[in-house]
This record gives sequence, C-alpha cells and structure tokens, in this order.
Amino acid sequence: MRFRGIVLGFLGVATVVAAWDLYKGLGPEQGVLLGDTRILPRTTDLAMPHSWEMVQRFGEPVTSLSGAPDAFNAVFDASMFSLGLAARGWLLGVVVGLLLALVMSRFRIVESALLPWVVLSQTVPLIAIAPLVRRWGSEIEIGSHLWTSEDSVAVIAAYLAFFPVAVGALRGLKSPEATHLDLMRSFGIGWWRTLLTLRIPASVPYLLPALRLGAASAVIGAVVAEVSIGLKGGLGRMVIDYAVAASGDPAKPWAPIFGAVAIGLVAAGAVGLLGLVLRPFRLTGVAP
Amino acid sequence: MNDPAIQARGVHRVFGKGRKQVIALSDVDLTVADGEFVSLIGPSGCGKSTLLRLVADLDASTSGEITVFGKTARQARIDQEYGIAFQQSGLLPWRTVAGNIELPLKLHGVNADERRRRVAELLELVGLSDFAKSHPDQLSGGMQQRVAIARALAESPRLLLMDEPFGALDEITRERMQNELVRICAETGAAVLFVTHSIPEAVFLSDRVVVMSPRPGRITGIVDVRADGMVPAHDRSAGARDEEGFFRAVGEVRSLLHGTPETAVTARGVDTR
Ligand SMILES: Nc1ncnc2c1ncn2[C@@H]1O[C@H](COP(=O)(O)OP(=O)(O)OP(=O)(O)O)[C@@H](O)[C@H]1O
Ligand SMILES: [Mg+2]
Repeated sequence: MRFRGIVLGFLGVATVVAAWDLYKGLGPEQGVLLGDTRILPRTTDLAMPHSWEMVQRFGEPVTSLSGAPDAFNAVFDASMFSLGLAARGWLLGVVVGLLLALVMSRFRIVESALLPWVVLSQTVPLIAIAPLVRRWGSEIEIGSHLWTSEDSVAVIAAYLAFFPVAVGALRGLKSPEATHLDLMRSFGIGWWRTLLTLRIPASVPYLLPALRLGAASAVIGAVVAEVSIGLKGGLGRMVIDYAVAASGDPAKPWAPIFGAVAIGLVAAGAVGLLGLVLRPFRLTGVAP
Repeated sequence: MNDPAIQARGVHRVFGKGRKQVIALSDVDLTVADGEFVSLIGPSGCGKSTLLRLVADLDASTSGEITVFGKTARQARIDQEYGIAFQQSGLLPWRTVAGNIELPLKLHGVNADERRRRVAELLELVGLSDFAKSHPDQLSGGMQQRVAIARALAESPRLLLMDEPFGALDEITRERMQNELVRICAETGAAVLFVTHSIPEAVFLSDRVVVMSPRPGRITGIVDVRADGMVPAHDRSAGARDEEGFFRAVGEVRSLLHGTPETAVTARGVDTR
C-alpha cells in the first residue's frame, strides 16, 4: 500500500512536469486567448522556463558576484529559516487553538461569545495585521528578551494556524455520543476526568487533519508575514528579491517557490508522523 | 440489606414549558426489592427510559423521591451502587475489550493486578475470554453488548439498569443473550431494572413486569410472573418459555398493554410473538 502511494505520488508530479514542458514546447508563443482574456499563459522563455532549466538554476550561483553561494544553498538556508519561524508559529497556534477549544467546549456561553470572533479573525487580511503585530510587539518586554521581527512573523503564522486547530478541536471535543457521556456520568467522574478519558481521545480523528491544516497555514503565514514585516533571511523576502531578476534570469524566481513547496511538504509530513503515534485513537465508529 | 434496591414515590418528570410541555412521567410509584428482576414495558414514548435515567441520576425528577438502597439517586451513583447498559453498547472504540471492561475499575483506583483478575473473571462470565485484546469494531453486535454487560458488572453492583440492551439484536442472538443474562443474574444475585419492547422477553426475564402507558407516562399495571406459577427469575432455564405460566403471564401483560380488562385465562396457549 505504502509503496503504491509513493509511486502514485511520483506519477502525479511527473504528469505536471510533462504537461508543463509539452505546453511550453508546443503551445503558441502568445498563449491561448479567448476574446481578450488569456486563458493559458505565454510560452516564451521569460514566462515559462523549461522545468530542467529551473532545476539547473539550483546548481548555479545566486548572482554573478564572485563568492556568491549556489542558489540551492541560498534557498535551503532561507527555507530552513522560514520553516523554523513557521514551526514556532504552529506551536503557538496549536497551544492557543487547543486552549480556546477547551474553554469553548466547557462553557456554552464562551462558545457563543467567542466562536464568531474566531471565524471573523480569519477574514482580516494579513497585510493589515502585520504592522499592528509589530507595533504591539515592540511594547512587550519579557524579561530581557526584546521583541524582534522574527517574533512578529511567528505570531502572524500562529494567527493563521490557531484557527483550524480551534475549530477542529472544538468539534472533536464535542463529538462523543450521549451514551458515552451518560456512561461517564454513571461512573461518577467529573468534567476533568471525562475530558481525559473520553473527550480528548474522541477528538483525535478531528484533531489530526486540523493540525495538518494548521501546519500548512503556518507556512503560508510565515512566508507572507516575512514580506509584510520586511524580515530578511527567509523565503518571503527571497521571492521578492528574485522576482526582480526575472527579466534576465527567468528560472531564478522559481527557486524560492520550490523552497516554499518543500517546507510545506515537510511541515505536513511532520504532522503525519504525529498521526502514526496517535494511531490507536483514530479508531472510531463502532456499530451499535 | 433490607433497603429495597429501588424505591420511587410520586415521581413526576415534565419536559419543556408551556405549550410544548411533555409529561414524561406522572405519579409513578415503584419498588424493586433487593435481588428482584423487574422489567418496564410499554409503547414508545411512555417514559421507560426517563424512569431508568432518573434512577441512574442521569436526569432529575420534577417532583417525587427516588432512593436506591436507601440512598438518594445521586449518592447511589457516586457510590457506584449500580451498573448500567444501554441499547448502544457505548464501548470506547480505541480501547480493547479488556480495556473497556476495566475502565470503571481503573477510574475508581483499583490496582492493576486486581483489575486483571476481575477482567478475566468477567470475560469468562460473558464467554469472551478469547477476545480480550480485540477492539470493539472487530466484534459482532451481540458480542459488543456482552462486553457492555461485563463492564456494567465490573464493580459487582447490587443493581443493574438496562435500557433495551438487546434491542438491536436479531431474534436468535437475543434469546441466547436472555439465557445468559438469567445465568449472570443468578451468579451475581443483582437486582435488575430492565427496559424492553418485547413481551416474551419481559416475561421470561422478570419476577415482575411493569406495564406503562404514554401521555402522561404512568404505570397501568404490574404482572407478577411468579404468581403465574413460574420459578423466580434467577432460577429459570430456557425451557421456561414453554411453560403454561409463561403464556398466562404473556397474556396478562398483553391485555394490560392494550388496555382491555383482565382476560388472562383466555390468553393461555396463544402465540407469543
Ligand atoms: N431530554 C428530553 N427533552 C424533552 N423531552 C423528552 C426528553 N427525553 C424524553 N422526552 C420525552 O419524554 C417522553 C418519554 O420519553 P422516553 O425516552 O422515556 O420514552 P421511552 O418509553 O423510553 O420510549 P422508547 O420505547 O421509544 O425508548 C417522550 O414523549 C419524549 O419525547
Ligand atoms: Mg427508551
């Protein structure tokens, strides 16, 4: 089963690559137009570099300056930097999301009061909250730690990551059937032990996809926040910097995009490992 | 030991307010003696589950008093005086059969050795010793229900509350489970309050059958099966289903259910299904 999954995965990627290069090779120079609307892109070298050019580009120096590192090294470093921030944001988002879900599941009134805000929070554009986070952050002093732009980026990543976790965990914590809840009551145990014995294990099947979604959100949040905050060193700034070079070096802007895809996969994969550990709890749905 | 297992006096339970008000139970008096097997039977919505839930302190009565072994229902629940089983087995799918049965013991701080010993005993009792390590989704409906009964018995309660525990089973499995329940009750000597929709099931299992009617939910009559010449519930064998007293009791319960005056004797020998 596992082997088949891997093969299918590779086939999927290969199909995309083949479609790209075929269209690039055979498609019209000006792209496909429907009226005035271009429905398929131009196939010029500028707009669509060949896939192998993009791969090759990784082996070449970032700039023509002497001593410039390989594009691969540069992208790798930037990816690790962004991944680190995304991981910090994810952790923070998971903690906040779980706590919110806990109080919402405990107190009906808190759920009614809080849930609309949780949903609304996701409609605020990131660009708008970035300066706010930075300004408020600069007022915060924790011991001798000074608020840095990295902290701002992590907080913004957390802002995106907490949402699926809060919603998923809330659904999971409220998922036990009436029979199970009656049973816990008949055992004479209170809210806290019911939480540990029943609600948390029952929430695992809801929690795992939520955590994975949270990881993907944290990666996007980190990369976008790097741009909004203006933090150097990560993929966000690299996307902007490399885009400038597009006219003379069309394959170059694609390098950090692949970096972002890669850390997204790593993040989702790491959560997948968590799923393996929690496997016993994924069993649900006994026939009555 | 002289306290009855259950004593309900003047119990009312009203759901909702105003126009939507439902009188689920009206002026219910019922006593279940220690070690006695009592069934509740009646059409859907007559308040059987409501009464059982009140005894279990899963719900509170609007007025009236319920005591379990002389204690308030709440105290009895906290003291684990009863074990309970529902129509849905309510097993935790992520726990093994043994893990499910030992759950109440674990929650109440019984040590691991003692738990293992008790679980082995209970598995033996319900005939599932080979399935200790299986998960509930690997068992048939009847087996799951037996696990649920074992769990209800885990702390050797003197009272068992059962709400249509065999309701979802086929007729053959059902009769086998009934035979087993009689055996288990004989071994444990527990009192039982048993909710069912099946007249033969109620008569076969019980010392007394309590017939209820809806709107408002109340007790319309009680058939003492022993008075019809059957041995006490805990001493029955599968053959009791063919005895004359069985059919007489079935007829009495049926006429009470249909609201016709006592025509018990004419019911003798009729088909029980
Ligand atoms: N939580 C509740 N809220 C409102 N009404 C309820 C509630 N529980 C039960 N009722 C009402 O009380 C009445 C009795 O319900 P109950 O579940 O006790 O019936 P029952 O005899 O167990 O029926 P069945 O044989 O179908 O299980 C019904 O009219 C039902 O609608
Ligand atoms: Mg019911």
